[in-house]
Formats: sequence, C-alpha cells, structure tokens
Amino acid sequence: MSKILDAKIPSGPLADKWDRHEMECPLVAPANRRKFTVIVVGTGLAGGGAAATLGELGYNVLNFCVQDTPRRAHSVAAQGGINASKNYQNDGDSVERLFYDTVKGGDYRSREANVYRLAQLSMGIIDQCVAMGVPFAREYGGTLANRSFGGVQVSRTFYARGQTGQQLLLGVYSALSRQIAAGTVKMFPRHEMLDLVIVDGKARGIVCRDLVTGEMKRYAADAVVLATGGYSPVFYLSTNAVNCSATSIWRAYKRGALFANPCYTQIHPTAIPQLGDYQSKLTLMSESLRNDGRMWVPKAPGDKRRPADIPEAERDYFLERRYPAFGNLVPRDIAARASKVECDAGKGVGNTGFAVYLDFADAIKRLGRDVVADRYGNLFTMYEEIIADDPYHTPMMIYPAPHYTMGGLWVDYNLESTIPGLFVAGEANFSDHGANRLGASALMQGCADGYFVVPRVVAGYLARGGLGKVTTDHEAFGAVEDEVRKRYDALLAVKGSRTVRDFHWDLGRVMWDKVGMSRDRAGLEQAIVRIRELREAFWHDVKVPGEAADFNKQLEMAGRVADFLELGELMAMDALAREESCGGHFRAEHHTPEGEARRDDENFMHVAAWEHKGDGQAPERHVEPLAYENIEVKTRSYK
Amino acid sequence: MSEMTIHLKIWRQARGAAKGNFETYTVEKVLPEMSFLETLDLLNEKLTRQGQQPVEFDSDCREGICGTCGLVIKGTAHGPNPKTTTCEVRMRHFRDGETITVEPFRAGPFPILKDLVVDRTAFDRIQQQGGFVSANTGSAPDGNAVPIPKIDADKAMDAASCIGCGACVAACPNASASLFVSAKISQLSYLPQGGPERGRRALLMIGQMDREGFGDCSNHGECEAVCPKEISIENIARMRREYFKGALGGHDRKAASGD
Repeated sequence: MSKILDAKIPSGPLADKWDRHEMECPLVAPANRRKFTVIVVGTGLAGGGAAATLGELGYNVLNFCVQDTPRRAHSVAAQGGINASKNYQNDGDSVERLFYDTVKGGDYRSREANVYRLAQLSMGIIDQCVAMGVPFAREYGGTLANRSFGGVQVSRTFYARGQTGQQLLLGVYSALSRQIAAGTVKMFPRHEMLDLVIVDGKARGIVCRDLVTGEMKRYAADAVVLATGGYSPVFYLSTNAVNCSATSIWRAYKRGALFANPCYTQIHPTAIPQLGDYQSKLTLMSESLRNDGRMWVPKAPGDKRRPADIPEAERDYFLERRYPAFGNLVPRDIAARASKVECDAGKGVGNTGFAVYLDFADAIKRLGRDVVADRYGNLFTMYEEIIADDPYHTPMMIYPAPHYTMGGLWVDYNLESTIPGLFVAGEANFSDHGANRLGASALMQGCADGYFVVPRVVAGYLARGGLGKVTTDHEAFGAVEDEVRKRYDALLAVKGSRTVRDFHWDLGRVMWDKVGMSRDRAGLEQAIVRIRELREAFWHDVKVPGEAADFNKQLEMAGRVADFLELGELMAMDALAREESCGGHFRAEHHTPEGEARRDDENFMHVAAWEHKGDGQAPERHVEPLAYENIEVKTRSYK
Repeated sequence: MSEMTIHLKIWRQARGAAKGNFETYTVEKVLPEMSFLETLDLLNEKLTRQGQQPVEFDSDCREGICGTCGLVIKGTAHGPNPKTTTCEVRMRHFRDGETITVEPFRAGPFPILKDLVVDRTAFDRIQQQGGFVSANTGSAPDGNAVPIPKIDADKAMDAASCIGCGACVAACPNASASLFVSAKISQLSYLPQGGPERGRRALLMIGQMDREGFGDCSNHGECEAVCPKEISIENIARMRREYFKGALGGHDRKAASGD
C-alpha cells in the first residue's frame, strides 16, 4: 500500500519554525556527549562540517571518506560561489526573497519549510566561514564582494575567485583538522562505506572496505549521517569527480531508506563539450561566466564559418531573445534546454554540432581584459589547456553536462531518513532544491546541513534515548559483512570479457540519450529494458582484475557501477511515472506551445519516494504532498 | 587529429613491497587532445583485457582542483608544462613514438602504497597541529564586522590556492614541505582572524613538519617551479618570519610551550 509520508514539519508560522524546533529539540548535556558515537560518511561541506561541529560539541565522531584526505571531497570542485541573503548590496535581498527565488527556481517542487530554513541559515554560514579564515573576494573598502547567479535579480553570491568550493572546503577541513587533533573526530581516509547495519530497526553502523588493504571493517555508532554527495556519474560523463558514486545511499535504499525524486537531475548548461569516446569526464565552466558572457549560435543552420566571420546581424543570442528579463542569467535547466533546442535545430557549432558559443568580446570591450581576467582567469586557462584555443579572442564553445542531482534519499524536516537514526545531508538527500537547483545553492545547502542542521537534529535524536549498547560483535554486523564480502567476491569471480568501464560507458549512453535533458515514454521504456539487459550482462561478463585483499581501483569501480546499473533503472521509472515537466525533468509530451516545461500541479505536486521491495521486485512509489502556504504557485517565467 | 603511439615507462611496485621496478608499455591510438590520465586509463583497459594487472594511480576531480593526482612525468612533478596538475596535462605536448617515464611523487615521508600511489597523510598531520582558526561553529561575528583590505584578502587567497598535492615535496632535493606549510601559515597571517594564533601555529606546524621527516628548505626554488597553483616561494620567507616571531614570543609563545 502506497504511503503518505509525514515530513514532520513543525507547526507555527514559517519564519518561526526552525527557531521553535531548535528550542523544542531535546539536548544532550556536555558531559554526556562523549558517550555517544556518531558515524559521518563523507567529508565535504555537509559531512565534514557536521563531523567537525559534532566534534566541537563533544560527541565522539567517526568520519569516513574514499579520498586519501578529507580535503579532497568533491565540494572542492565547486567554482562560482555561495548564496546568502545578507543584502550587503542594498539591492532588496532578504530571507524572504532567497526563499522565494529558491522555491520558484525549483519549479515548486521543494518543501517550503526546508527552503525557508536554508535561507535563514545562509547568513550565519558567511559569518562562520569568514571567522575561519576563508578568503572571500573583497571590495577595496574591505567589505565582502558579491556577484549574480542565474534565476535571481539580486547580487547575493559570495565567492573566492573561481574556487569557492575549494576555499569553503578547506575551511571545513581546517575545522576538522582541529577536532582530529583534539581527539573528538577520528578520521578514516581511503575507506568506502559499502553497507549500512540496522539493529532493532535503527541505523547502528556501517561496513567499510579499507581501500589500501582491501580489508572489510565494521564500525558501530548511535547514529549514522550520510553525506556522500550526488549520483551524476550514472551518466558516466559528468562534471563530477571520477570517484563520486551512489553506493552509500544506494545501499541505504536497499536496507529500507526511501529514495526521493531520483529523476531530478541537473544538466548544467556550460561545460566544455565532449571531444571523444576516450573521455573520462566533462569539465565545467562556472555559471558565473554568464554574468559577462553572452550565449549565441549562428542564425542559419549549418553555418560553419568561424565565429569572428559571422556578423552581428547573423547571430542569435537565443537566451536574450527568449528571456529578456533574465537574459543570459536564466536558471540552469532553462539555459541547458535552450542550448539543446538550438543544436537539435542544426545551429550547433564545433566539429560535432553539439556546442554553442559563450562570448566575452563585449565584456572585454566594456571592462577591459584585466577585469575579465581577474574574474575568470583560472577558468579561461582551464579552457585553453583543454581546447587549445584562447577564449579572450575566440568565443568559448560549451554544451550542457550532467552536474548535480536534486534527488536523493528522502528525509524529513530533521534530515532523518525513513530508517530511524540514519540522517542524510547535502547533495545526498533530496530536500531543498525541488526539480532544479539554482547556482551557488549547493554550497549553501552543504554548509547549512553540516554546520547547523545536522548537529542540532542528531543531538535531538540521541537525547530522546532508547539506544541500547551495540558493538560490532552483534550478529547484524556479521550478516551484513558476509553479504558485502560475497558481493565483492562475486564481482571478481565473473572473469568475463568486458571491462567495468565498458559497462559504465554503455549505461551512460542510455542514460544521456533516454533519461537526459528530454525524456519521453517510449524512450524511458526502452531505457528500462536496456538497463536490465546491461545489468544482466555485467554480472555475466564483467572482467575485474586483481584481488579483493589489495589496493584495487577496478574492483572499487566495479562495485560502484553495479549500483549505478540499479539506480539508473529507478531514475527511468521515476521519470516515467512523473507525467509532467518540471525543472530539470522535461517530458517531451508535456510542454507549452513555446516549448517551456508544463507542470501538472493537480496530479504531481508531490515528492515521489521509492521503496525497495527486494531484488527483482518492483519498487513501490510513495508520495509526500507538497503544500505551498506562504508562496503563490505560478507558472515559472523568466521572460 | 593524428593518432600517436606512446611508450610509457612506468614504476611498478606491489603493495607493501620494499622494491619496485620500471616496466615499459605501449599504448596505441593516443589522440593529442586526450589527457595524460586518459592515456593511462586506456593502458589499464588494455592490461585488464590482457589479464594483466592495471597500473594503480590516484585521481579524482580531473580538473586540477582536488590535488589527488600527482605523477612525475619525464622527470618533472606534474609533467613538463608549468602551472598544471597531472590531470590537466594533454597528450599534444608529447611526440608520436615518444617514451615517457612515469614515477610516483618520491619522498621519505610519502611512502608508496602501490605502483604510483603514495601516502600523503603527513600533510594532514601537519595541518592538525595548527592549520586552522579556532572558531567554533556559531561563534562568528557578522562577516563585514572586520573590514579586510582587498590586497590582504588577495594575498591570502593566493596562498590559500594550494591544493596539497605534494609536488613541491617531490621536486625538492631535500624533500622539504616548506612551500606547502608556508602557504597555510601565510594565508592565515594575512587575515585578522588568523592573528591570535599566529606564533603558536608557525611553531607547531613547523615542528610537525620536522617530525614527519621532511627536509629543510635551502632555497632551490624547485617547489615554486612545479607548483600547479603558482604558490610563491615568498611564502617561505614569510613563514620564517612567523616562526622567529613565534619563537621569540612576539605572538603567543606561551600557548605553544606545551610542544
């Protein structure tokens, strides 16, 4: 029976909910905190921030990451910035406006109470990061600088050149380092969580593989926090790091946590186009470039002239034409789809025809080369190294690429999944961005969840008591470890003929073609069949070299791809069930005469959360209805 | 786009083995626009199909920001091009038929885990000694409460750009970690928030660098030459001043006396 999920949103006026909830959360006395152990998986802004803050409060924290050091979590790669409703620019920003922009940007598919809390917490994040020594960009007067991002009409984005994620993550890493030295956080780098252990219905531990020795290890705790990021590499080619995976959240899903809105994926409009089949990833060019860059294609299909030879009158600045109010700074889903429309009409540029121009000539004329270099120099250098062309002289060529996943494990207002004691933070959960995330909001959510929300709600959970002593000798740990061991031995035992990458590549093509920027019923049905075939083939024909008890990157990847081969199917099923277009989810059957996404609020103004019913069984779709009590639901327009 | 044949002379070392050796492999159909790591991927695909052991190497973001990758290519940390990480190196910088030597970042404090993978956790232990501002979550004043001159913020940012890859150590004849350590000490010394712990930070971080077995800086400048993020060697001079001020009690010597 399909369930109606309760998000446990506190009662009372929207603006007071979080304050009241904080007040009502029971506390753990300082002297008792060290008696509680909390496992945090992931060391990005959400995981590292949560681990460090829980450590500062005095809890005993075990923190895990697959990287060789916590400073390399994928938050490090975020370029453009972090939003906060500080209104330092006096341009009319406020908590209300950030809240409104985020709900609208998410195409009215996010939870009001969560988004409002995010907007409230945004200000404290900036203060905290400044206090930790994060070198944000500043004006000559010494105050913090801001820039604009897509989907908004204020300047609320704080940044550190084109390396904002790196600087925020190094802030987290420094706080974490301090707690490691203080003995409150124990760090486990090069450890991959491969399963969740549940005792008496509560999350009580994890099983990890030590990626250096290959040893399987068990860790017990009173609560588990997953902050393991998103699942864009299900597309194989994405802007994500090559070790990003869904494995932690997918394993939790298979243990009973619901997976919400898996089909909500963000295809970022401005990445360097794919060059060939050998490629291992796509490189993002920050959204901040759209502050000064203008996107265009030739007006005539098939125009193969060099961009400099195409006169102004024969260029189509398609975003400025279609969306005059927001121009080049429309949200990502809109810009990506608009680029696809132009390329599908034969107006794409470059060798493949799957690229559009992002042109800085006007900005250089207006501001001078030095100012442009100061703002975007590192991005221009990256572009030039990859494409061997100078964007100061020739427009950049860009094309959309999988970048972020709004879907993730379902959580209530407390960021608690449907498994008691299992909390999910950052990109790994689904909670704040609806069907499309606005630029510079991922760092905001990671920091908000990590520094402020998780420490409070986990304390509330622990303080409520009822947690008996559980050690890794408990039979549940033995059973889970056995399953994990069997799964990894099975991967090695196939000894087939095709590599892990072969399967990952094939899966990626299916996902991109059928579950990518535009989806339709027939394509999704084909995708489901094809993914099942691929999964079957994988377990009969994959070739994984080496041994389990060794450093073995291919085996690591095999485990992750095995999970992507299951997740991909759920994404297609979710996309099939959602008979509407909203945000990043575009169903070709549902659009306005102008080609814009057409929502069906009557039937789909809800979160879809899927329950695993066993391998080979159809998962069950539950819903959480979304109520908009403080915001008027409209057709999203950026015209 | 002309395909190239590339010979890779690669350091192989089993996990836990005391000794390793070079093995030479040939990779065909290498395209000039491929990245160096994608060429290694191609080699590993070939080795896997042939039933041989793939070459282990570390990489993650593959866009030059995470600091995971790090190989000595043709004798230079991160390869012959300045200002790039290993993952950003493109094959157009090599010739058809060329033999390219590939080694791990070698240094006593960076033990080899397997093949080209090294253990750089010594860097983490240095950071843990003082590479932070002791500001608990929730204790911060408004972000604009303390104005910071743009020039100081920019210099702090220059130093903060360090990605912790360890190329500076691999390039240094003394295996010194001075550029890495000085980048963090400099960053926090330019910012008022780093002020209260300046002396203690320098003494403790440098003390840990010594204990990890990194060598002293003798101004060769190799570190700056290979640094993919252009961290300036001026930071090392600044670190020395911070250290002396700390040692002479100019900052907060008492706090560090437990070391």
